[in-house]
Amino acid sequence: MTVTVYVPKDSSALSLGAEAVARAIEREAATRGEAVRLVRNGSRGLYFLEPMVEVMVAGERYAYGPVDVTDVPGLFDAGFLKGGSHPLGHGRTEAIPYLARQQRLTFARVGITDPASVADYLLHGGYVGLKNALAMAPSDIVKTVTDSGLRGRGGAAFPTGIKWKTVLDQPVEQKYVCCNADEGDSGTFSDRMIMEGDPFALIEGMTIAGLAVGATMGYIYARAEYPHACRALATAIDAARNANFLGDNIQGTGRRFDIEVRLGAGAYICGEETSMLESLEGKRGEVRAKPPLPAIEGLFGKPTVVNNVISLATVPVILAKGGEYYRDFGVGRSRGTLPLQLTGNLKRGGLVELAFGCSLRELLYDYAGGSATGRPLKAIQVGGPLGAYLPESQFDTVVDYEALAAIGALLGHGGIVAFDDTVDMAHMARYAMEFCATESCGKCTPCRIGSTRGQDVIADIKAGHRRDENLTLLNELLDTMQYGSLCGLGGMTPYPVRSALKHFPADFGPQRA
Amino acid sequence: MTAFSAADVSLVERIAADLAHKPGPLLEVLHGVQHALGYVPADAVPVIARVLNLSRAEVHGVVTFYHHFRSTKPGRTIVQVCRAEACQSMNGAALEAHAKARLGVDYHGTTADGRYSLEPVYCLGNCALAPSVMIGDDIHGRVTPARFDALLEGEGA
Ligand SMILES: Cc1cc2nc3c(=O)[nH]c(=O)nc-3n(C[C@H](O)[C@H](O)[C@H](O)COP(=O)(O)O)c2cc1C
Ligand code: SF4
Ligand code: FES
Repeated sequence: MTVTVYVPKDSSALSLGAEAVARAIEREAATRGEAVRLVRNGSRGLYFLEPMVEVMVAGERYAYGPVDVTDVPGLFDAGFLKGGSHPLGHGRTEAIPYLARQQRLTFARVGITDPASVADYLLHGGYVGLKNALAMAPSDIVKTVTDSGLRGRGGAAFPTGIKWKTVLDQPVEQKYVCCNADEGDSGTFSDRMIMEGDPFALIEGMTIAGLAVGATMGYIYARAEYPHACRALATAIDAARNANFLGDNIQGTGRRFDIEVRLGAGAYICGEETSMLESLEGKRGEVRAKPPLPAIEGLFGKPTVVNNVISLATVPVILAKGGEYYRDFGVGRSRGTLPLQLTGNLKRGGLVELAFGCSLRELLYDYAGGSATGRPLKAIQVGGPLGAYLPESQFDTVVDYEALAAIGALLGHGGIVAFDDTVDMAHMARYAMEFCATESCGKCTPCRIGSTRGQDVIADIKAGHRRDENLTLLNELLDTMQYGSLCGLGGMTPYPVRSALKHFPADFGPQRA
Repeated sequence: MTAFSAADVSLVERIAADLAHKPGPLLEVLHGVQHALGYVPADAVPVIARVLNLSRAEVHGVVTFYHHFRSTKPGRTIVQVCRAEACQSMNGAALEAHAKARLGVDYHGTTADGRYSLEPVYCLGNCALAPSVMIGDDIHGRVTPARFDALLEGEGA
């Protein structure tokens, strides 16, 4: 009997040798005359176990990991094709506590299905949301999304339904749906995991967005740094088109929607939505002044929905199960679930999707198991390079947009980067300025010049050169950047810098007694 | 540096002409040219401008805006080392220093034998398995200096 074996084709799994493991399994199976069907799935997000191989035994999946090529013969010897026990075995995948305790809505299928197969997507609940949407009036689709409480997962947390309504209300023939897949924040990879692991969820979400606002064309702006994700998307888009889920006559309804992937070119600022639109138009990625909002004048001057990958990939479950179902997860004004990315110096890094309301401490210790190096955690950066640094005393803060804002921090795209006690926070503050200088689009002075000046001032403070004067100067500089910049790059770089100064003053050189 | 031949001109013309029908095609064209030639030579700029009906300044402005587009010929393999926060938290700085020393070049440099170009990158989306590098199109995680050397050996360095 043919046994199904899963070896992820996710970039992170590949980064630890999953390709070689897949080949070794095929070779070993051939040598031993075992019939194996290899599925190249996405990752379950248990990155500390990658490459994680799964075997389907009597309708249940069993996990083994981390598997090295040299482990493969031993796995066969141990009868892993029948779920046999082996030192790398973890039993039933679904029962692994890291996974079992999660609340996976957006990531329900990631790591489970074959990301190249429409049939597999359909088998696991895919396209139920689209089917419902096809029977609804555009305004009812928008209302469902509004009712769900979904807020943009790209960072700004703006209510998705309200954005869609603005686009729907524009009496213009040509409109666009643009997916922001420029995921440039350090400490994030959830967009990548969707594109590589369940690209149809994104395609379905964009199609529903198109029906909701009256757009027939969608663009996905993907990063040049994600070649595997781009290939997975291209394969899935072709498959969806062949199965009539994209194109001129979606499922015979006469409705039209198609998607094209456009590649970015290594500019962090192109994740800012107006810069992304300029880039999609083939121009320099300079930020546009708002207003007009992209919802009114976006791509090529037409009304445009700009949404993050996770926002769009969450739409199918909302349309499948209803706005209330999604809204029932979460706390306060943060409804639903958030795919958190546990990264950096952590023992068990990975993707954890949970309803809003869990504490950072729970994520860092219960899930991630503390630092990878075994040293105490000193700081975490939440929400990417423009997010604040939090000291241990703030780890009890819960994952909730408003709770983070209340302590001068932000949740952003849900990335958490952990540092042990060897980190020098003055260095990280200086790096934040350096990153801003490297990635500035150059349009406004506070960002362009301030970030370069800021690096010198921090270095001077650290060296003890006229410390007090330079601290005053730095604070003024941060104010100028925060209030005088056109967009969040210059405007939010003060977050990591100020929080580092506030919580870790000892790292900024000797203070006067 | 090799001269821009008549064959190169027609190659660039063809790439640009094939994509010219798309809305806002310039980035796509630059990707196509860089994919074919390894970089966007200065001599390609007027050709692209002509086919797409843009000014040379516009094309040049776009090429220089984006970190990804190169105006000089790279080594056969591009080695990108991640400099962003998550990789720093796992001693990425030591890996960066090692990569520079091992290849004998600084960032944006190409080894004397033309094999490698070293580039910084800001996050490869592999932050749970830091530090990360990308060699050609292949991503590698949890890269120690020793593993970095082994990976280059695998490339035949
Ligand atoms: C400097 C900067 C970088 C950004 N990078 C991204 C990004 O990589 N991906 C993303 O979805 N949003 C990014 N954003 C937010 C976008 O401007 C925009 O708010 C978002 O794409 C809207 O989608 P959402 O409502 O679904 O979140 C960035 C914003 C700024 C200021
Ligand atoms: S803040 Fe920086 S990145 Fe943003 S518009 Fe101004 S110069 Fe450009
Ligand atoms: S920070 Fe290096 S891969 Fe994300």
